Amino acid sequence: MSLTAADVEEIMRLVEQSGFDELELEMGGTKLTLRRDAGDKPPRHITPVSTDAPLEKLPAAAAAPVTAAAAPARVLDPNIHEVVAPLLGTFYHSPKPGSAPFVQVGTEVEEDTIVGIIEVMKLMNSVRANVRGTVTEILVADGTLAEYGEPLVRIRKSG
Amino acid sequence: MANRSCAFASRVSALAIRRILIANRGEIAARIIRTCVKLNIETVLAASEADRSSLPARLADRVVCIGPARSSESYLKVETIVHAALATRADAIHPGYGFLSERAALAGLCEASGVIFIGPTAAQIEAVGDKLRARSEALAADVPVVPGSAVATLEEAVAAGRLIGAPLLVKAVGGGGGRGIKRVERLEDLPAVLELAAAEAVAAFGDARVYLERFIASGRHVEVQILGDGHGRVIHLGERDCSAQRRYQKLVEETPAPGLPEGLRADLHAAAIRFAERLAYRGAGTVEFLVDRERGTFHFLEMNARIQVEHPITEAVTGVDLIAEQIAIAGGSGLRLSQSDVRPSGCAIECRVNAEDVENEFRPSPGVVRQVTWPSGPGIRVDTHIVAGSAVPPFYDSLLAKIIAHGPDRAGTVELLREAIASTHLDGVHTNLAFHEMMLADAEFRAGAFDTGFVARLLARRTATEHAPDG
Repeated sequence: MSLTAADVEEIMRLVEQSGFDELELEMGGTKLTLRRDAGDKPPRHITPVSTDAPLEKLPAAAAAPVTAAAAPARVLDPNIHEVVAPLLGTFYHSPKPGSAPFVQVGTEVEEDTIVGIIEVMKLMNSVRANVRGTVTEILVADGTLAEYGEPLVRIRKSG
Repeated sequence: MANRSCAFASRVSALAIRRILIANRGEIAARIIRTCVKLNIETVLAASEADRSSLPARLADRVVCIGPARSSESYLKVETIVHAALATRADAIHPGYGFLSERAALAGLCEASGVIFIGPTAAQIEAVGDKLRARSEALAADVPVVPGSAVATLEEAVAAGRLIGAPLLVKAVGGGGGRGIKRVERLEDLPAVLELAAAEAVAAFGDARVYLERFIASGRHVEVQILGDGHGRVIHLGERDCSAQRRYQKLVEETPAPGLPEGLRADLHAAAIRFAERLAYRGAGTVEFLVDRERGTFHFLEMNARIQVEHPITEAVTGVDLIAEQIAIAGGSGLRLSQSDVRPSGCAIECRVNAEDVENEFRPSPGVVRQVTWPSGPGIRVDTHIVAGSAVPPFYDSLLAKIIAHGPDRAGTVELLREAIASTHLDGVHTNLAFHEMMLADAEFRAGAFDTGFVARLLARRTATEHAPDG
């Protein structure tokens, strides 16, 4: 099933009437992204919260939209696979301090190649590549916090 | 909030606690952040994927995504929460209510990892978290408990049932907050109910143990707010009546408890203090009692070792910021108030506004809030995480906001709250606002002489009116 021009018009009309500024729809092989007021405007629908002591930080906080590390708006080359953190923890490039890293930029990897470990309170969790290809980028520095869903490593798929 | 709490605010900033990781979501996360801002304490919000764009996420200084929407893989992961606190260099963790707030495992791992847990010790959580243990603690502190008995076998249950008499309740040891309770009307039904209760308790709480308790026909749920310094000094901040409940879920809370004889009120306060003193309780806690209206007696129900949902009504009448006091005690400032500092004034009532469809068995109604207008004005406080565009995810509880009114007397406060509810508008999800309006207008509620059966009676009256022939 795919989207017809009439479908897209109908969706655009619905978005126009809704309180949303952005819509992302993925069906089968089709991806539709609608955005209105394109640009870096603050969300429009923030109303002040009435409390006895107002949430004084709200206007400033609302003006700067939340930048989500795990969900930045970026267009990815379909041949690039991102390995994301399966859980929150400290990301390590190598099995122990001083030893060689699991992978580096240029390393050829298989699906089950370990690309790093995530440590949660001394418990080590291996992170695997899940695709065959070549490492193009390591996004999270060694020994730093990776949030759940944060991209760790980019791999150019082969074959 | 009153000036008194502001005076304390300046003293807290000298504490060791400079950055707090908030391991919670929703209105309580926003509420905790509000006090942290006032105290000049930085906040890190541990949020699930579903809550990344929530109001608390926008208010916090930093947000870390701890896992997917499902709370068992995010808000309930002890190691992840403590790791997030250590990695973001937070000095302390505030657990809010629900989730991990009363899990000894979190308090224990904090103790072992050098992170301050804003709450009681792991040992205190264990002492009050197990209903049987809490019951024996109450007895040891000379605090009356509801006649009842732990039962291990069917024979024991039948014998205990005869002593307690019907109607009685079968309660799961691991339950709480109204979950895992079954009523037995006739003793001959006891074996069947017991079997079902044990099976359900295993499935829900991983603990098959149950106990029996006398069912009190007309009871009021009255709880006492306490603060303890962790070294045996405890004060109370008055009581709250939470009798307006539906299926053990509180809907309206008020302080002071209306129509309570003064002697009984003083006895309740003293009993709560005795219970907490014996444990050398640390932080904010609530001791819950069932007041038997017919006998004029009261019985210990349980202790909640955390901040309560309904804490704002106590704040309204006392002028004490309970979150600030929790932080102060956790940070080592001890108990900054003495009993004589606590001088409650007037009456405060809170309505819990939930995203639920009253017409469909109060079913949760998740969705996106398109527009919202919260009430404001003198004597009105709204604790919420909902602004226009806020998502109400289906994964968590349905609490949208707490609307609190504070006035000099009960009748005026009920009226003020009714007007506040009437001026609240929310589009996008179903709410129980209309139900609250009906409740506040009801003669039984206005008389203040209701018990825990009030909401069920009100719903029955409403159904009867709807089905009555016109004319």
